[in-house]
Amino acid sequence: MNRRNFAIASAAVALSFAFAEAPQAQEPIKFGMVAHLSGPLAGGEAVTHLPNVQLWVEEVNGRGGLMVDGKRRPVEIVQYDDKTNPAEHIKAVQRLASQDEVDFMIAPYGTGFNIAAAPIYARYKYPLVAVTAITDEIHELTAKFPNMFFTLGSTSGFVEGVTNTLKTLQSKGVIGDKVAMVNVADAFGIELAGVAREKFKEAGFNIVYDKSYPLGTPDLSPVMKGAKAAAPDAFVAWSYPPDSFALTEQAIIEDLDVKAFYTAVATAFPAYGGKFGNAIEGNLGAGGVNPNTDAMKAYRKRHQDVTGKAPDYWASATYYSALQVLEQAIEGVGKVDREAVTQHIKTNAFETVIGTIRFDKHNNSERYWSVGQWRGGQFVAVADTGMGDSVAPVAKKGWK
Amino acid sequence: MDVVISGLLLGGAYALVAMGLNLQYGVARIMNLANGEILILGGLAAFWAFVSFGLSPLLTLVIVAPLAFIGSWAMYRLLLRPLVRRAKSRGQLEVDSILATFGISFFLVGVMVSLRAEYFTYSFLATPVHMLGTTVAANRLVAALIAAAIGGALYVWLNRSRPGMAVRAVAVSPEAAGLVGIDVDRISAFAFALGGAVTALGGCLISTFVTLDASSGVIFTMKALIIVIMGGVGDIRGAIIAALILGLVETAVATIIDPGLTLVAAYAIFLAVLLFRPQGLFGQGNA
Repeated sequence: MNRRNFAIASAAVALSFAFAEAPQAQEPIKFGMVAHLSGPLAGGEAVTHLPNVQLWVEEVNGRGGLMVDGKRRPVEIVQYDDKTNPAEHIKAVQRLASQDEVDFMIAPYGTGFNIAAAPIYARYKYPLVAVTAITDEIHELTAKFPNMFFTLGSTSGFVEGVTNTLKTLQSKGVIGDKVAMVNVADAFGIELAGVAREKFKEAGFNIVYDKSYPLGTPDLSPVMKGAKAAAPDAFVAWSYPPDSFALTEQAIIEDLDVKAFYTAVATAFPAYGGKFGNAIEGNLGAGGVNPNTDAMKAYRKRHQDVTGKAPDYWASATYYSALQVLEQAIEGVGKVDREAVTQHIKTNAFETVIGTIRFDKHNNSERYWSVGQWRGGQFVAVADTGMGDSVAPVAKKGWK
Repeated sequence: MDVVISGLLLGGAYALVAMGLNLQYGVARIMNLANGEILILGGLAAFWAFVSFGLSPLLTLVIVAPLAFIGSWAMYRLLLRPLVRRAKSRGQLEVDSILATFGISFFLVGVMVSLRAEYFTYSFLATPVHMLGTTVAANRLVAALIAAAIGGALYVWLNRSRPGMAVRAVAVSPEAAGLVGIDVDRISAFAFALGGAVTALGGCLISTFVTLDASSGVIFTMKALIIVIMGGVGDIRGAIIAALILGLVETAVATIIDPGLTLVAAYAIFLAVLLFRPQGLFGQGNA
């Protein structure tokens, strides 16, 4: 086999994911999606985005499709892999818009990718209902790109959630004022740590350990040993999936005795619970959901039934909800008209699996859960903005 | 003491990553950019066996090593030998093999993504071991001990046995080795396959304490490359010592100065070696 055949073979492998086929009576409505099928963010994409797209397509096409122009048209996903590379991502979006001429697009995974792709979505007037995009620049971005919407909250909102959770625990006498904080040294971790440094101080916390570590650090034991030596009451890590796992494992090994232990992304993943079992009872992390609403229960069951795996306890449901927003807006307009759909999203309320979504004048939905806690095998929201249904946080009792 | 022990354990993990590539590059002269993917395949096998059958990664090792040996041997025979045959010089073979294995790495990523796109993460021996006044993770300790065993065995075999001598002879000069009746082609295929087996073993062990995913191979390829070049191409001793130095330096910097500077420190010593000893710590100089 020569080199060219290899290229063809690997392209074939990549393409085999690319089509969700459906029997088509009517001309399908095409949805473009640029996914990270490989590269550093592929793991997160595979947990939070891809299964929801599969579920959504199956459900919509199960009803015969979306109601437009008085008849049902099935939906079809046209998907490309960007290898988690922003330049490839932009190229693929361009291709979807100009060559595949897709009717709509579904939002990419990751703050940077949503922001990087926003101008090109704007140029072709695609509504962009972003989910896994958390930033404090929402107002500026939506002023510049009026077709862009945010659903998962802002950096400040997230840090406030953590601050309030720690505050609650402190007022109950569970923890003192000493916080050890670490962050992954990339845009996400640096921005969150920067905001947290101010908010924690304002709230009267004393940051006794404050370090960053490079993305992909293979051994975080020096970090955990350092944090432990500072004898904190609470530990907060603005971390990515591999390091959320690694920091938790190191905390177990070092027996870091804190009553509040927070890791950011991936704490809400089913794999986190699967890996650590009962040891993580009481662990705090980014996200959380209210697992007890009927809509959420039904959603989690369908997700499991259709995709064979459980959704995460954070952005999964919100991502599915964003697809519902798009779906309801398209049917609300009743036409494949992107500008009208964008307008419809701005001015209407949508019933989704996370409840009612309504966008403010900055295209932002101020309803999200920000901190979750593992309780008896579920990751339950203990802090939120605008949801009002999170429960009170409790002390973490050792690692067993 | 903390630093020394943690550093040695990290160095042990790095040695697992680098020994396989060293055999492949040092003897078979294939700069295998798919090395990291072979490592991840080993990790995926360990994860899958653990999650599906509750099989200990230490048992999976025993199954993975021969499979990786056969797979790598076949890869060399079918895909790389044509390049070796037609290469007019070592330089040309390096360029060709880099391009070919780069392609193979994409192919393997594609295969693994289709098997499992999510993270491979599980808990095995994630328990503390108290030794010499510090705490280490049992899984890291086991990995470092096995790395030491593999490294020691390879070293003894290469330096004390007849086939080992033949392998070293090919590493030094394929032409001269051929002249004294060594089947260079067979030895190269063998070294490449052995390198693949060692790499996959490393992947099994590393998956017990690092969260991997289908795309993380390139990180390990890069680390292995740095270590092999630092240690001297084709020298197992050099790879192990370079791996230990890297582990110790990274841990010392993380503990004493700042965890944020570990990457800087790793590349600084890499640069220093390149500047002052471009053939690597144990390299023979340019033949």
